[in-house]
Amino acid sequence: MTAITTAPALLAGAGRLLRARETGIGIALVLVVVAATALNPAFVFSADGFRDLLLTPSILMVVAVGQAVVIVTRNVDLSVGSVVGLVAYLTGTLLRDVPGIPIVVVVLAGVGFGAALGLVNGALVAYARVPALVITLGTMYVYRGVNVAWTGSDRINASDLPSAFRALGTGKLLGIPILTLLAVVVLVAAAWYLRNLRSGRELYAIGSDPAAAQLYGLRVTRRVLAAFVACGALAGLAGVLFAARYGTVSSNAGFGWELQAIGAAVIGGVAISGGVGTVWGAALGAYLLLTINRALPIIGVDDFWQRAVVGVLIIGAIVLDRVLAVRQHRRLVGQREEQREEQRGEQREDQREGTP
Amino acid sequence: MQTDDPSAPPALELSGVTKSFGPVTALRSANLRVETGSIHALVGENGAGKSTLVKIVAGLYRRDGGALALDGAPVDFHSTAESKAAGIAVIYQEPTLFPDLSVTENIFMGRQPTGRFGRIDRRAMRQEAQAIFARLGVRLDPDRPTDGLSIADQQIIEIAKAISLDARVLVMDEPTAALSGIEVDRLFAVARGLRDEGRALVFISHRFDEVFDLCDTVTVMRDGAYVDTLPVAGTTVDELVRMMVGRDVAELFPKLPAEVGDDVLVVEGLTQPGVFHDVSFTVRAGEIVGLAGLVGAGRSEVARAVFGVDPYESGSVRVDGEPLPRGNPRASIARGLALVPEDRRRQGLVLDQTVARNVTLAIRERLARWGLVWDGLENAAARTWASRLEVKTAALDAETGTLSGGNQQKVVLGKWLASDPRVLIVDEPTRGIDVGTKAEVHRLLSRLAQQGVAILMISSELPEVLGMADRVLVMREGRLTGELDRADATPEAVMRAATTEEAVR
Repeated sequence: MTAITTAPALLAGAGRLLRARETGIGIALVLVVVAATALNPAFVFSADGFRDLLLTPSILMVVAVGQAVVIVTRNVDLSVGSVVGLVAYLTGTLLRDVPGIPIVVVVLAGVGFGAALGLVNGALVAYARVPALVITLGTMYVYRGVNVAWTGSDRINASDLPSAFRALGTGKLLGIPILTLLAVVVLVAAAWYLRNLRSGRELYAIGSDPAAAQLYGLRVTRRVLAAFVACGALAGLAGVLFAARYGTVSSNAGFGWELQAIGAAVIGGVAISGGVGTVWGAALGAYLLLTINRALPIIGVDDFWQRAVVGVLIIGAIVLDRVLAVRQHRRLVGQREEQREEQRGEQREDQREGTP
Repeated sequence: MQTDDPSAPPALELSGVTKSFGPVTALRSANLRVETGSIHALVGENGAGKSTLVKIVAGLYRRDGGALALDGAPVDFHSTAESKAAGIAVIYQEPTLFPDLSVTENIFMGRQPTGRFGRIDRRAMRQEAQAIFARLGVRLDPDRPTDGLSIADQQIIEIAKAISLDARVLVMDEPTAALSGIEVDRLFAVARGLRDEGRALVFISHRFDEVFDLCDTVTVMRDGAYVDTLPVAGTTVDELVRMMVGRDVAELFPKLPAEVGDDVLVVEGLTQPGVFHDVSFTVRAGEIVGLAGLVGAGRSEVARAVFGVDPYESGSVRVDGEPLPRGNPRASIARGLALVPEDRRRQGLVLDQTVARNVTLAIRERLARWGLVWDGLENAAARTWASRLEVKTAALDAETGTLSGGNQQKVVLGKWLASDPRVLIVDEPTRGIDVGTKAEVHRLLSRLAQQGVAILMISSELPEVLGMADRVLVMREGRLTGELDRADATPEAVMRAATTEEAVR
């Protein structure tokens, strides 16, 4: 009955790709880029335009991937923006005050610090069993507060940073910004992990039904903790990249990014109720979100309306998901009914032939 | 029954197991001895400790005392993962699956076959799932999400899980509560197959016909303690019931004669495309009308539409001759309708709230003085109803979620009875409720009918419908296919209307 031949499998794969939620976001992104380019060809067909197109969303993409990992487990991390800011300032301080420090060490320090901040979130959520929304709302303010107290009126300037580090943020490899390449590596690794490893699948299971996950004997506490640590680590990496890209770091670096990251994930089809969505979607969502921001002035939409457009996008995405979910639910119920009717007919025929 | 050797150690043995939750003793002394290659029934009233026992075997709870042995070797579980690893699979009353994940993933979650770098081998996993379904003789798409599957299908997945685990002991906690006849047959065929492979099965059910049909041995529990273990062939329903309740239950369904008055609830041509079609019926004062049919026939949907929780496209509902606005439960309550829903935990109760709060939920406005609800009035009203219904709770301020299923149902009933309804719609009033409480619920309904309340009772249990109803309506696939008077309502007639094409009207 199920001889798997290559051609139908390929077709099925193509069909699945077409129906995938991520495809819609991809198409929307292409439409935005095409519209903006039609009105102003420099949007893509200029050295700067092409670079900005790839570069601008890269850092948010890293944060959104981390956020998606947490949201999949039916949690949320509101502190990522503060983590980005804190780590960005740490990065700048290390490079300015410790001359000759290897860049690798700085990157590791940033990621490690971010992971540690994520561990605080995760431990509070997983062990204290307090909703993540409340915990990370608290740590969002605490981390930002620490950042402000530590930074004061100080700010890191581009001139304080070694040029090798700045090159990380502005350099290219084969015509593609290094930052973008890094973000894509992170994305691919996260996507592979979530799809192919047991612990990755368990994150989905936990988000789909936490109580069932407990009954399955899954290590819910540990997995949720790990998700927060990963999210913190990625926010930390984004903080390092932030310093490399912009060079200027003050106490409000990364301000408001948590909401952009959540927005990106939601737009990309990551269900806020957990268990559904991919980091691909979240990354595309980040891309769409920031590209729309850049495209709107070109298309002729007033600056003032940009936020409203983003809001409409988020609401539209949620409504779309809801509609799709309801339709899929109906389809699944219907499909099962048909199948059962068939089976009932067959059962009548071969009753009493003995069951295994 | 493969092992006739009496000296072989039982697959699962509990002796003198005790368990307390704070001051409440759930198990005083539980014994259970399940042989390999047998299906062992575990029966007892709700609150007898069956669920606690299951959870101890599953590794969800830790026992306070007593011994637990698998194949003669003592074991001690700290987590569900440990009991699983030891070869015990538990299928709970309500299947616990991940709705967003595929059928295959649900079966293998946490122990998927892996290849290099720990990568999940999806193909192997899928093939194994298909092999299991083939063996069970069911056709289920392994790639579809479990969302949208019937409870029967979900239970099949739970069983597939147990098989993939190669479980030696399979515990099924009321697996048939939500199944229709065909589905029960399929489940039983699977269970017998597993028994013949030499596995040990524990089957918990409130339906005696199933116990006698499927099981070879039965253990009775009462009040957290072991009563007796008997071969099924050597006992009778009456004997089991007597052991369970510790007293003779003269009659399970004490239907009292009631005077039938005028039409109270008149439903005409109620239609909601894809859900129910052209449903018309009347319920008179003092009358109990049973609504029978298989699970999924649309009975609850009709009830919900009449009450105004769900919409309907055309048709009309009238109470005492006056039309009832559609989709407006507040108006329905004001006009004297009450609905006791099927899923009491989710739809009928606020589990985090106290018993008193729940009982008075529907009459808050009447209890209010100057817009505020006073504790004193609330408690007084709640006390009246709790005592009248014999709700067994330590205190009225106990959280409702801590009560047993039967007592929760009494709280739901109490909630509506406190509102003095003209029409009472009860959906599966005794699902998952023990025999003793069942009779109490029935007596209660009967007494309400005597007071002139019009009662529409949805039930999947034929004896309940036949025993209680003055008239029986039967639904099949969204349509009314039969209306039988008490005298004509035989099990055969009802089942025929519920399952076959031609109407018996």
